[in-house]
Amino acid sequence: MFLGNLESLKYFLPELAITATILLLVAAHVASKNRRSAAPALLSLAGVGASLLLVGLLPGGPGTSLFEGMVALDGFAVFFKALTALATIVVVAMSMDSAELKDKSQAEYYIFLLSVLLGMFLLAAATDIVMLYLSLELVSIPSYLLAGYLKGRARSTEASMKYVVYGATASGVMIYGFSLLFGLTGTTHIGEIGRGLALGKATLPMFLAAAMVTVGFGYKIAAVPFHMWSPDVYEGAPTPVTAFLSVGPKAAGFAVLVRFFYTVFATPDAAAGMWKFSSVDWPLLFAVLSAVTMTVGNLVAINQKNVKRLLAYSSIAHAGYMLMGFVLLTPVGLRAILFYLVVYLFMNLGAFYVVILVANGTRSEEISDYSGLGSRAPFAAVALSVFLFALTGIPPFSGFIGKVYLFAEVINRGVYWLAVVAALNSVVSLYYYARIVKVMFLEDPRESAVLPVPAFPRAMLCLLVLPTLVLGVYWEPVIRVAADSVKLLAF
Amino acid sequence: MMEPAAYLLLSGILFGIGVVGVVARKNALIILMSVEIMLNGVNVAFIAVGSHLGDVTGSVFAFMVMTVAAAEAAVGLAILIAIYRLKETIDITELNVLKW
Repeated sequence: MFLGNLESLKYFLPELAITATILLLVAAHVASKNRRSAAPALLSLAGVGASLLLVGLLPGGPGTSLFEGMVALDGFAVFFKALTALATIVVVAMSMDSAELKDKSQAEYYIFLLSVLLGMFLLAAATDIVMLYLSLELVSIPSYLLAGYLKGRARSTEASMKYVVYGATASGVMIYGFSLLFGLTGTTHIGEIGRGLALGKATLPMFLAAAMVTVGFGYKIAAVPFHMWSPDVYEGAPTPVTAFLSVGPKAAGFAVLVRFFYTVFATPDAAAGMWKFSSVDWPLLFAVLSAVTMTVGNLVAINQKNVKRLLAYSSIAHAGYMLMGFVLLTPVGLRAILFYLVVYLFMNLGAFYVVILVANGTRSEEISDYSGLGSRAPFAAVALSVFLFALTGIPPFSGFIGKVYLFAEVINRGVYWLAVVAALNSVVSLYYYARIVKVMFLEDPRESAVLPVPAFPRAMLCLLVLPTLVLGVYWEPVIRVAADSVKLLAF
Repeated sequence: MMEPAAYLLLSGILFGIGVVGVVARKNALIILMSVEIMLNGVNVAFIAVGSHLGDVTGSVFAFMVMTVAAAEAAVGLAILIAIYRLKETIDITELNVLKW
C-alpha cells in the first residue's frame, strides 16, 4: 500500500540535502564571528544546487505515497521541487547583491530562506492534511521573519506584522475547514477524503469546508479577496524576499491548490481524459475568482508610484491568469499553468533583480526615480524592458507563449467570457508596464551620473533574459516537460 | 463513543469568538490571542471527532496544531516587540506607512 518510513528515505534525498544545509548553516552561524561573511550564501547555493541535482536524478518514485501516505513523489511534485529550487538559487544570488541585506546577519537569513524552500518541497508533495498543514506553516512562519528582516525599518516591521496577522488567520480558517473534512470522512489522507465525500450527501458542511480551505490556499497564491496582505508585504519586505515570495510560495500554493482540489473535490474521468468535479460546483466559483483577481490586480496597479508595489499588484494579476488553467479540469489546462509558472519565474525574478540593482545605486524604489535610466544604466534598463514586455505578454517574449497556452485552453473549453476578461486585462496591463519603460527611456534623467552594474549581476541578468527571449521562440522542450509533469498520483 | 454535537458547537463558538476578535480588535496582542482561540476551537473539533470515531488521528492533529500555534505565537510576539520598539504602540491602526 503506502511505503514505510525507512524505505521512503531514499526517495527523500532532496529534502534531506536541504535539511542538512540548514543544520550546517545553524552550526556556521554559531561558530563564526563574522556575521557578514559570504560563506552562508555560498553554502546555501551549494546545498540548493545539490538538492536540485538530486531532484533531477531521482526516478519517478515508487508510484505510491511515501512515509505511510504523507507525501507523494510524482511528476507533479518533482516539477514544483525543481521550479522552487531554481527560484531559490536565483534569489540567493540576488540577496548577495542586495545592499539592503549587507549589514544584516547573513546565516540566519539563509536559514529562513531554505526553511521556506523545504516547506515548499513538502507542500508540493503533501497528500495528507496533517502534512499539508505543517508544510504550509513551514512556508509561512519563516516568511514572516524574512519580511521583517530589516528590523529597524518601520516599513519592513509593519509588513511582517500584517503578514503574521493575515497569515495566521487564513491558516486558522483553513484548518477549521480541514476539521470539517476530517469530521465528514474520518480520515486525513486526501485520496480517501475525496472518496468519502463522493459518497456523502452533506452538501452544506462540504461547501463550508471547500470555502474555508480556499481561504488558506487563496492567501498563499494571493488571489482576491485574500490578497490584502500582499501589496503591503511586497513593498515593505527586503526586495530579494519580495521576489522570492512572489514566485516561490505562489508556485507552491498553486501546487497544493491543484493537488488538493483535483483529489478531494474532483475525480479523474478516464474516458474523457480529464477530471470532473464532484460535490460542490467549485470550478465556476474559481472562474469568478480568477476574473476578479486579474481585474483588481491590473486596475489597482495603474496608479502605483512604487515599483515594488506595482509588481505586487502585477503578480496578483498573474495569479488570476494562472487560475484560468485551474478551473478547466483538463490536463492541458494544468500544463498551461505549469508552463506559465516557468516563464513567470524568469521574467518576474528578472524584473525584481533590476529593481535591486537600481535601488543599490539610487536608494529608491519610486518609479519617478527611474527617469533616464536608459542613459544612466542602459544594460539594466533594456533588461527591465524585456522583462516588463514579457510580463505584459507581447510577442516575441516568453510571456506571450505562456498566455497563448492559457487562453487557447479556455477558449477550447468554451469559457468565452473568461477569455474576454483576460484579454481586456492584458491590454490594461500594457499601460502600466509600458509607463515604466517610457519613464526609463523618454524622460530626462534627474541625475546624469552613470549607475554602475557590476559583472556578477550583469551575468545573472543575462541568464534571466536569455530564457525570457528563448522561450518566446523555442518553447517545445519546456512544454513537453510540463505535459509530462501533469500526471497527478491518483489514490 | 460519545456524541460529538455539543463539542462541535463549542468548537464553532470558540472559532467564532476568535474570528470576531481578529476582525474587531485593534490591539495586536489581542489579535494574536484571538488567533489562538480560533486554533483552540479547531482543536476541540478535531479531538471531538477523533474520539467519536475512536481514532487517535484527531488528537494527533490537535497536538500538531498546538505545536504550530506555539511557533506562530513566538514569531508573532517577536515581531510585536520589534514594532513596539519602533513605534511605542501595538495598535494596528497606527501601522500606516504602507497603504495604497
